[in-house]
Amino acid sequence: MSFPKVRVPYLLLLPGFAFLFTFFILPIINLAQTSTQTPIAGGDTGQYEQTLAFSNYIQAFVDNKEQFGRSFVYATLATIFALAIAYPLAYAIAFKSGKFKNILLVLVVAPFFTSFLLRTIAWKQILGEEGFVVPGLRALNIIGQQTTLTSTSVAVVAGMTYNFLPFMTLPLYASLERIDPRTIEAAGDLYANGLTAFRRVTVPLSLPGVVAGTLLTFIPAAGDYVNAAILGSPNTKMIGNVIESRYFKIVDYPTAAALSFTLMAAILILVTLYIRKAGTEELV
Amino acid sequence: MSQKIKDASIPTIPFKARFSRWFGRNLLRIYMLFGFTYLFIPVAYTFVFSFNDSGKSNLIWKGFTLNNWQNPCGAPEVCNALGNSIKIGLLATIFSTILGTMIAFAIGRYKFKGRSSSNLLIFLPMATPEIVLGASLLSLFLVFKINPGFWPTVIAHVVFCISFVVVTVKARIASLDPRLEQAAMDLYANELETFRKVTLPLVAPGIAGAALLAFSLSFDDFIITNFNSGTLITFPKFVYVSAARGIPAQANVIGSAMFFLALAIVIAGQLVKRKKTR
Amino acid sequence: MSKDPITARGDLRLTRITKSYGDFTAVDDLTLTIPKGSFFALLGPSGCGKTTTLRMVAGLEEPTVGSIHLGDTDITTTRPYQRPINTVFQNYALFPHLTIFENIAFGLRRRGIKDVKEQVDKVLNLVELPHLAERKPTQLSGGQQQRIALARAIVNRPALLLLDEPLGALDLKLRRQMQIELKWIQREVGLTFVHVTHDQEEAMTMADTIAVMNEGKIEQMGSPADLYDNPKTAFVANFLGQSNLIKGKIDGNDGDNLVVDLYGQKISMPKKRSHAVDNSLYAGIRPEKFRISRLGTPVKGNILTGGHIEDVSYIGVSTQYVVAMPWGQEVMVFEQNDDGVAPFDKGDEVNISWEPTFTFGLRGDEDIEAGTEVNPEELEEE
Ligand SMILES: Nc1ncnc2c1ncn2[C@@H]1O[C@H](COP(=O)(O)OP(=O)(O)OP(=O)(O)O)[C@@H](O)[C@H]1O
Ligand SMILES: [Mg+2]
Repeated sequence: MSFPKVRVPYLLLLPGFAFLFTFFILPIINLAQTSTQTPIAGGDTGQYEQTLAFSNYIQAFVDNKEQFGRSFVYATLATIFALAIAYPLAYAIAFKSGKFKNILLVLVVAPFFTSFLLRTIAWKQILGEEGFVVPGLRALNIIGQQTTLTSTSVAVVAGMTYNFLPFMTLPLYASLERIDPRTIEAAGDLYANGLTAFRRVTVPLSLPGVVAGTLLTFIPAAGDYVNAAILGSPNTKMIGNVIESRYFKIVDYPTAAALSFTLMAAILILVTLYIRKAGTEELV
Repeated sequence: MSQKIKDASIPTIPFKARFSRWFGRNLLRIYMLFGFTYLFIPVAYTFVFSFNDSGKSNLIWKGFTLNNWQNPCGAPEVCNALGNSIKIGLLATIFSTILGTMIAFAIGRYKFKGRSSSNLLIFLPMATPEIVLGASLLSLFLVFKINPGFWPTVIAHVVFCISFVVVTVKARIASLDPRLEQAAMDLYANELETFRKVTLPLVAPGIAGAALLAFSLSFDDFIITNFNSGTLITFPKFVYVSAARGIPAQANVIGSAMFFLALAIVIAGQLVKRKKTR
Repeated sequence: MSKDPITARGDLRLTRITKSYGDFTAVDDLTLTIPKGSFFALLGPSGCGKTTTLRMVAGLEEPTVGSIHLGDTDITTTRPYQRPINTVFQNYALFPHLTIFENIAFGLRRRGIKDVKEQVDKVLNLVELPHLAERKPTQLSGGQQQRIALARAIVNRPALLLLDEPLGALDLKLRRQMQIELKWIQREVGLTFVHVTHDQEEAMTMADTIAVMNEGKIEQMGSPADLYDNPKTAFVANFLGQSNLIKGKIDGNDGDNLVVDLYGQKISMPKKRSHAVDNSLYAGIRPEKFRISRLGTPVKGNILTGGHIEDVSYIGVSTQYVVAMPWGQEVMVFEQNDDGVAPFDKGDEVNISWEPTFTFGLRGDEDIEAGTEVNPEELEEE
């Protein structure tokens, strides 16, 4: 049913889109043009002029290809682990929790409210030298006397997995919950055993949730620098750490902008390919 | 106790088989238990260490005290930071919920030219890493000689909250049976009345959920805030900055209190809802 | 328009209505008059355009071409809330956030009626559910929801009430009961009811006028008896009950009767019951109109000889025979079990006979399989 005036949707969009245009599109354009600037000869730190120096991109990439690679590897690993942990969890909440469903769902989101920084730091302390885990494991000879759990790439990936777990669980739950249990029963009725029914019915029907969850995990993970800063070492620096320090410590805006842009472009390309592959046309 | 008569004709299932069957049936529940334990270990740790008689640096357990809870603002700046976070969170929630809900209605309810590019514009901020969002906004503010601070932070939060609001509200609108609105029109409600009496009440839970999501995203945000807040201290920023020299136990108090507060609000909401439908 | 459409009363007239979705035509050049105060049934197979037609009458859809009048008022483009027409939706569409009372009061409140409580209570009594006023729709059974949906519509005393398969979701017993109640309520409140269904039995027992619809067109319209006794098309003949259609040629006239040649055997039928356009036609006879007789037994009326019994099924009140005719066609015969025994056996040589006035004639170029597809109703009822 359509309301008589065709203008209505545009009026509804106007304020929001004006806002997004001013504070999202314009900044991105501005970022693009910052990315090709070079320092003004003889100027202060932080003073740049437009010289269309596209070489900034090459320089930025060459200097930081390790961090780029690390960002994508870490983010991919964290996404896979989060999916592996969250899928059974979301499935159990959706189908096996009976009247506790709502409470359990609340519990998935609840850790959010204890600041994620506090929780990340808590992990650092639990797994650190002063915590009880490392001395315990050492005493049991499970890990070597020199081995540490923090300041490693394992710790960074584990931290990201932990922090983005709710972002994975919620969309998964939403799509699993929408599945009518009768369709699974129908599959059973049509001689599919439990596993086949799961593979042929549950998984395809929950695919939108998988796509949404992996995107909501992968994208922030690829740009994250907090986990690496808290749980990692200089050897686990991600591209986010580089961008942050270019901005705040070195005040090298063009390189920071070029790096941001490269990161954004890379993510967009990956996401587009992924969505194509997953066959989900409706993006949001 | 056991009054059951052993009947030899009923074959007894051996314990091992019984256990493995029980285990198979409850595998997912056991898994769920582990999952939640994993989620809550750091929350529990934070809570426990909020009682630590730690002095400056809350790293090692030094003894139990209630001082931190009795004096949550004891550490310098911590309550100021909390106040800023709440203020920013509320403002960002209000603006992003209003703007996002309008967009969600436009996209979810109407067919119009440019609908798919609108979808794309909503998706883009979600596909942009926070660090890029934060950095690009900061550059823009610098160009226009706007100093980072309170309002730039609010604006930055609205930018990344809008998309989440749109997605949440749109999902609710999509699950709405269009025949309910048609029934309202059939029963003499004009467009505006239909919206007020039928559409809005039915979409309201989605809007409330979106607002809650926006607030929690904003309240917990660090990266974008770090770029746009200048010298303004928010709670996550406070934690990050003080991490280097040790976080005061008051931060743990606030983190734990927020956790219990949120839990209480949501559970109370659930109870009210259950009572209503009964 | 001088008159406010909401006060319009009178017959509903659809004039040359077409509704297209892209290049698909859901309703095709449909013209229809529904007399004021009648119980009108729109009958047809799934997907034939019944719901689309109702939605255009309700104002939820605009016709691509054509006009809709209520009395003298053109309501083709009137907004749904400005029409004195209410709908009982296929899935009821009760507002889940409102109580039963508020659901029923919804239309009254929108129109600014004063004595809301009184009217709602009255209609709740009419549907015999006054004790449910404070419940929410999800706490009602299917049958109760259906009655509330009906109450929510009739409380407004519309000029026209549209019912889109309101009984589809109910079990057989409840459905029969609701059919009786609906009919009773219609007489009680004296409104025009337009009832959409694909259950022919439901249409026959409830309606004074039935329109049979197929592929977006009205095939035939008339009283239930009219349609059954003298169908105009093979579709109607097969869709309403069962028919034997036998190919023939018109061989001449005999007063008010036609002489028809069916594979070499001459029969007669009333001229005015033939819808043939040239001299080829199908002679149609309902299975219960046939009589079976042994060879040599004298019979009245039309007779076809040379059949033999192919199959016998005994079903209590009647016995159904399949009789193979010499030209290879199998015809259905229903015999009443007046004497309680089945007098014919498989393989018996028989003749079949019938009253000439029971014959109807269809055009010779009809598709005699039309309308014989599986009736979805029967699948649902098992
Ligand atoms: N919005 C639409 N877009 C395209 N085609 C449509 C639309 N609505 C209906 N149709 C098509 O129009 C035809 C008639 O649909 P309609 O709903 O009127 O059928 P119906 O007679 O009510 O069937 P049923 O008995 O199954 O309810 C169908 O073939 C349907 O697929
Ligand atoms: Mg229909």
